[in-house]
Amino acid sequence: MSYLKISNLDVRLAGTPMRLLRDVSLTVKSGEVHGLVGESGAGKSMIGKAVLGILPRATEIVGGSIELDGVDLLALSPREHRYRLGQSCALIPQDPLTALNPSRRIAPQITDRLTNILGWEAKRARDRAIELLDEVHIPDPERVMRSYPHELSGGMRQRILIASAFAAEPKLIVADEPTTALDVTVQKQILKLIKEMQQRHDTALLFVTHDLGVVSKICQSLSVLYAGKVVESTDVRSFFDEPAHAYSRALLAATPKYTDPEASLMPVPEAVIAAVKAEVEAADKSWKHD
Amino acid sequence: MLDGRSQVRRKVGLRLWLSGGWLLLLVLAALFAPLLSPHNPLEQDLFLGRMPPFWEQGAEPGFYLGTDSLGRDVLARILYGARIALIVALVAGGLTGLIGSTLGLLAGYLRGWVDVVISRLIDIWMAFPPILFSILLIAVLGPGLLSIIIAIVVIDWTRFARVIRAEAMAQGAMDYSASARVAGRRRLSTMVIEILPNVLPTIVVLLTLEMGIAVIVEAILSFVNLSISTDDPTWGGMISEGRASIHQAWWVMVFPLVTLFLTVLSFSQLGEGLKDRFDPVLR
Amino acid sequence: MQLLRSFLFRLASTAITLIGVAVIVFFVIRIVPGDPISMMLPPGATDEDIARLTALYGLDKSIPQQFLIWAGGVLHGDFGMSITARRPVLELVLGRLPATLELSIMALVIAVILGGAAALIGTRERGTKIEAGIDVGNGMALSVPDFLWALVLILLFGVAWPVFHISGRITPSLDLPFATNFYLFESVLRLRFDLWADIVSHMFMPALALAIPLAAIIGQLLKQSLKETMHLDYVTLARTKGYGENRVIIREALPNAILPTLTLVGVQFTFLIGGTVIIERLFSYEGLGNMAIDAVINRDLPLIQGIVILFAVIFTAVNLVVDLTYALLNPRLRHA
Repeated sequence: MSYLKISNLDVRLAGTPMRLLRDVSLTVKSGEVHGLVGESGAGKSMIGKAVLGILPRATEIVGGSIELDGVDLLALSPREHRYRLGQSCALIPQDPLTALNPSRRIAPQITDRLTNILGWEAKRARDRAIELLDEVHIPDPERVMRSYPHELSGGMRQRILIASAFAAEPKLIVADEPTTALDVTVQKQILKLIKEMQQRHDTALLFVTHDLGVVSKICQSLSVLYAGKVVESTDVRSFFDEPAHAYSRALLAATPKYTDPEASLMPVPEAVIAAVKAEVEAADKSWKHD
Repeated sequence: MLDGRSQVRRKVGLRLWLSGGWLLLLVLAALFAPLLSPHNPLEQDLFLGRMPPFWEQGAEPGFYLGTDSLGRDVLARILYGARIALIVALVAGGLTGLIGSTLGLLAGYLRGWVDVVISRLIDIWMAFPPILFSILLIAVLGPGLLSIIIAIVVIDWTRFARVIRAEAMAQGAMDYSASARVAGRRRLSTMVIEILPNVLPTIVVLLTLEMGIAVIVEAILSFVNLSISTDDPTWGGMISEGRASIHQAWWVMVFPLVTLFLTVLSFSQLGEGLKDRFDPVLR
Repeated sequence: MQLLRSFLFRLASTAITLIGVAVIVFFVIRIVPGDPISMMLPPGATDEDIARLTALYGLDKSIPQQFLIWAGGVLHGDFGMSITARRPVLELVLGRLPATLELSIMALVIAVILGGAAALIGTRERGTKIEAGIDVGNGMALSVPDFLWALVLILLFGVAWPVFHISGRITPSLDLPFATNFYLFESVLRLRFDLWADIVSHMFMPALALAIPLAAIIGQLLKQSLKETMHLDYVTLARTKGYGENRVIIREALPNAILPTLTLVGVQFTFLIGGTVIIERLFSYEGLGNMAIDAVINRDLPLIQGIVILFAVIFTAVNLVVDLTYALLNPRLRHA
């Protein structure tokens, strides 16, 4: 039933022993929202990039598999890999201000997946794009279609990117901190919109964030990362009720509660960090033997 | 990451060594031309016209790189030609740098009407076709080494002025020059003490590049026959002569051309190498 | 409105530059030693003859007076008479202009093709030995000016392996059906591909020599900005749409990477046009530059003036066109 299955994924800085992802395994079921949480630099975005095949050139995958609907992506030819991803996956990027091509109008940036990967006719793709802009509550979609990115606000652009991500009815969408770059007032609307779109299209969502509050609102399951390693992967209810790992507990204690913003916050204790580090290093050693 | 950087450094080093080595060789050739060259570069012998270089059939012993149509030794003319090329490079390059940088500094640091006048002059200069302008100047000044040098300075000062003006403007906007002003230093002395040292690396790089350009301009003017009298050995003059008899005696053009090519390439690579050295990102 | 105003400002500034060029060239050539009039007349001419001819060309007046007369003529499209050819300067200059324009444009096209290919391949193969090789080639091409490349090309493809013509614009014995001096364009329009091939075979080497340094500049700048663009978010997003590397480079990165290259290429193109003077001489190509050098040697003052002014007009026009193209290509400016 799981749509995305990552097993024992190892990513290194190319040509060096520096490990960016260590033995990462996680699964996302169809139509499920899975949160990826951790501090910055923990490798949560790296997992999303590995799934979408957009890891930076300076990195290399040295082991493990990424299965999409039962097919191991890493075993495909680059061409087939790209095609399969273009058909069934999409990305909602972090910064809407830089994620739209400044020299192209909005319309082709929404429709090009439809016309190129699915082979739709231009007219049909256009009608669909207007429908999508309507779905993400953009007024006057006709005018927006003709606009250039710099003529639109950040919130508008993020709505367009969401519409574009859902355009080809993908089975899986990676949302890479989609609200971090936005104003606080816009953040809530965008989050609501993503959830609404996800439910309407019944899409699996890999939601990368550092905000546990967001996870509690939108996700059904989550994985906690530290230093490129998954320390805990579970469903949201049991995570918030009784986190299994010491690091998870500390992370939870360091997050403000929406119900009680005045409650005192606990920074992650030194001892917990030392313990999780030791655990990661131990895993490192066993990995180096093969 | 470390590997990549050290590779860049090694490449820069090799480039500097090769180009510097060739230029040093040239300086030595120019200094010791009378000792090194087997013949007088002006000596004509019509019976020995168009003798091929030593490895070809029918070569005349002692004329290693052959002779031109008037029987003059090609090697001797290349060696003596190095003298003229280097004099032009040093004197014309130096003067161009001095005048261009001074005007650029004044325009970029003082701003105001000085900048308006100098910038307008640069605009006008940029609208001239430079080669045509230099040919015109030689026609006005008459042929000769001095005319060439003057022509190069008059034409090329804008190369320095443009770049140094922009740099001086950037430096003048920085805090340290303002604080020097606040400390009560006069404008001109601030310019010399605070701004000049910071644009000096750029001047050195431009100077190296300008020397290569000066050598080329001299060759072009000799080629058009407006340079020094045709008897005097210049690389450009030799190439011009060789171009006319290229099908009969290829060596008359090829050897000075190779020398000129390597010299221009070396000046340019030296400049680029120095630029990389001075670049704080690579340093 | 903003755009129009800055355009008008540019136009005024250009006019001042052109007046400056006219003044400088006019006064510089008046101090050229060598009397053009006595060069025209046969050796037995009397002083009276010389005085009459000098007066005919207006050379007996003071230099500022001569300038005003000349400038007044220019405003009416009269650039004076050539002393050696005894025909209007404008007619002579416009007769040669097409040859130089064709050469420059062909060089530009070659430079864009070579430089563009180097940049695209270098970007595609970034970080590999192929990119390193392209960098070395670019560095070489930039270090050596067109004059030397022309000589090298003459040796390679004119002498050692003679595949191209090294002199002239067209084989002189051919019958020419042309109504204009734009031989290259007209031969295509008249479907005379035999003539076209002959013209290209004459033009190719001078054009290539002019193109090499510019190609290197385009290659370097465009590759640099392409590589910077390749890191941007919208390019990454395009990759997730299933596009291959080629398509991502050409469709997503190239349109944005071209703009910074374009402005510099404008200035460099004027340098290229300036280079035609010596390159035309080297290949005995009958264009403006070759005519200019003859005019200097013959002390043909009105002709020199006319040619220099024309070059200045071309240079400033190229810069204006580049600025306009920049504004048209950049959506931000277009809608401002």
